[in-house]
Amino acid sequence: MNLYVPIVVLGALALLFAVGSVIMGSFTGPKRWNRARLEAYECGIEPTPQPVGGGRFPVKYYLTAMLFIVFDIEIIFLYPWAVAFDHMGLFGLVEMVLFIVTVLIAYAYVWRRGGLEWD
Amino acid sequence: MSETHVLAEGATLNSFGHDPWWIIGLKALVVFVFLLLTVLITVWAERRIIGRMQLRPGPNRAGPFGILQALFDGIKGALKEDIVPRGVDKVVFFLAPILAAAPAMVSFSVIPWGGVVSIGGHKTPLQLADLPVAVLLPLAMASIGVYGFVLAGWSSMSPYALLGGLRSSAQVISYEIAMGLSFVAVFLFSGTLSTSEIVAAQAHGTAFKVAGMTLHTPSWYAVLLLPSFIIYIFTMMGESGRIPFDLPEGEGELVAGYHTEYSSLKFMMFYLAEYVNMTTLSALCTTLFLGGYRAPWPITWFWSGANSGWWPVLWFLIKIWMFTFFFIWLRAALPRVRYDQLMKLGWKVLIPVSLGWILFVSVVRALRNEHHDVGPIMIVAAIIVVLLLIASFLWERVSASEAQPEEAEAAAEQDPMAGGFPVPPLDAPHYHGVGNGRAPNSAEATRA
Amino acid sequence: MTAADLVIVLLGVVAVGAGVLVVATRQLVHAALWLVVSFGALAGSYLVLTAEFVAWVQVLIYVGAVVVLLLFGIMLTRAPIGRSEDLDSGNRIVALVVAVATAGVLVTTLVRGFRSAYVPIKDRVGSGSSHTLGGSLFQTWVLPFEALSVLLLAALIGAIVLSRTDIGGAGPEPEEEEPEPRRRPAAPRGTVARRLGTARRRATPDDEDTIVLSRVDEEI
Repeated sequence: MNLYVPIVVLGALALLFAVGSVIMGSFTGPKRWNRARLEAYECGIEPTPQPVGGGRFPVKYYLTAMLFIVFDIEIIFLYPWAVAFDHMGLFGLVEMVLFIVTVLIAYAYVWRRGGLEWD
Repeated sequence: MSETHVLAEGATLNSFGHDPWWIIGLKALVVFVFLLLTVLITVWAERRIIGRMQLRPGPNRAGPFGILQALFDGIKGALKEDIVPRGVDKVVFFLAPILAAAPAMVSFSVIPWGGVVSIGGHKTPLQLADLPVAVLLPLAMASIGVYGFVLAGWSSMSPYALLGGLRSSAQVISYEIAMGLSFVAVFLFSGTLSTSEIVAAQAHGTAFKVAGMTLHTPSWYAVLLLPSFIIYIFTMMGESGRIPFDLPEGEGELVAGYHTEYSSLKFMMFYLAEYVNMTTLSALCTTLFLGGYRAPWPITWFWSGANSGWWPVLWFLIKIWMFTFFFIWLRAALPRVRYDQLMKLGWKVLIPVSLGWILFVSVVRALRNEHHDVGPIMIVAAIIVVLLLIASFLWERVSASEAQPEEAEAAAEQDPMAGGFPVPPLDAPHYHGVGNGRAPNSAEATRA
Repeated sequence: MTAADLVIVLLGVVAVGAGVLVVATRQLVHAALWLVVSFGALAGSYLVLTAEFVAWVQVLIYVGAVVVLLLFGIMLTRAPIGRSEDLDSGNRIVALVVAVATAGVLVTTLVRGFRSAYVPIKDRVGSGSSHTLGGSLFQTWVLPFEALSVLLLAALIGAIVLSRTDIGGAGPEPEEEEPEPRRRPAAPRGTVARRLGTARRRATPDDEDTIVLSRVDEEI
């Protein structure tokens, strides 16, 4: 646990600084109330009303996040494999090739289905 | 002499966790102050260098060479009104800049600055902290930093900010994958995730003798694992969200992206986070690919003491600054890419290339571990790579020539609900002055 | 009670407390944020138990990816700022009973199963590193690892089928969406479309830009 003490110290410093700045910002600046200034910024035109129930966004973003999870998990398995690679011999290599190829099949399917297209 | 030899030894994981509290505090403070100062200097340097590249002087009024410009900008920012727009989610609105800035700074704690030195009688490595899984820390902090973007965009109650936040986070997570994959080959060769040991693993290249002298080839992973290094450079640009990949804040499209509604010191936090991220990414690249704090090999060749004592800090800073300059240079030189190009590069190029590279590297390494001859494999792999490149090039050519007439057709017939969203026709009548009651005559005149 | 015991109890309290807030809060996005706190506390517990690699994986995968996916999901459908009154279910009491019963069964099983299985943390230092984990994962637990790749394959294909309405044919048509009350035509999404939308708005006969600007002048 000793290894983590310096990280916690730096984290506390950074957090203190960030929180302090954000709080300080609301005291140091002037306060002049102005109705238009509190509107969302849209280049001077009257702000687009937020549709009730929220707007809708392309489902692409959701798909990207899903792809991210899958590949993130793959990366997480690649790291211990890479570190222990020299002790596992060819067996370790074959295992990981099988794993990567399976994920690549999924990747190729996603590509083929246009899941990677952004237009 | 023996003393310098001991000092020349790099730190290992065992050197950590023995510091007294005051050294921990001192080191943390130094890292913190260094990051703040680096942000100030980088902001100034960026404006000066880009100014020079665009044949104008850049800021030169505040202090000698305008070096205090960034500091005064910061003070000015603090004195601006802190606007909290109506209808925002206050808690999240305040939380977002903190979540962007604080994790960015924490990442720097695992970056090694130098070997073991003696401070006040204590032998201590010039590195705040190291872990057996140190490289995961910057990755984890980057993924926490994503919350800063998403939440800033969501809580602002502004369509620009929301779209910018979503774009930004989608971009960062996309490039995080390629970044994570580019590290794998490094871990394969170093056999560890600890940053100080990765630096140590890059200490010695293969030695060979030329004319009676022993020469060391550069042992940097940037040379040994060049494709990984190049992929990391791309992802570095994508992660930092700077030109050419600064889509989240493309002014022409999204005003300022996720921080459109932020002002005063809250905006400064996002600004700070961007520059701290830039520094951290440069430092991580230095550590993993450029031999960390160790002196470049021509210097070690004629100066054996280059890696001892406090000198490594100099090499480290030089390497970081090289990358920072590279960032600034790119910003001056390149235009912004389109969002679909950005995603195409991330998902269709960087990820398959890095996966293929990992497979290749691991096959070669496994065979070498089994004492096979890897020469023929290299040749076969080179042939395959060349063939793949030619094939993909031809594919692009063919599909591009096919796609062109289709695009023209698509432009002709407008789908009013393209992708499920109401889209105004690209060629609406009122663009020609028809239908807005003001200039029908001129339109008719042109038609006549 | 050692310091490690104390820390793990505190982290447990934070994890459970944040978990309760996830279901109790009336604000959708806040619920996701409390989930982050809960996952973070869990990662801290792993860290105390010297499972370093797993702890950081918890942060990377759960905090960094899964909750981001949830947030995207929330924002894709609806992400209202403020309280959503329809977040409460009429089955609150039943849900509570089921939750408490499940927790009871799990806790009893764990306590009965591992009551005497103490492992001093001091002996375990270093056992959670990526090296040992890699060794055991790729030698002892090969089959689950390979099975996982099939799971990931299924997950990706599922995501594609769910999100691409044009290949299933069963997806809802855009026209069937219930019309949402709006003061004005919805802002078109997508950057080019947005700019065009703005351009169109400017071109409408009663020029709203001037109206807004004159109002700003009055207020200043």
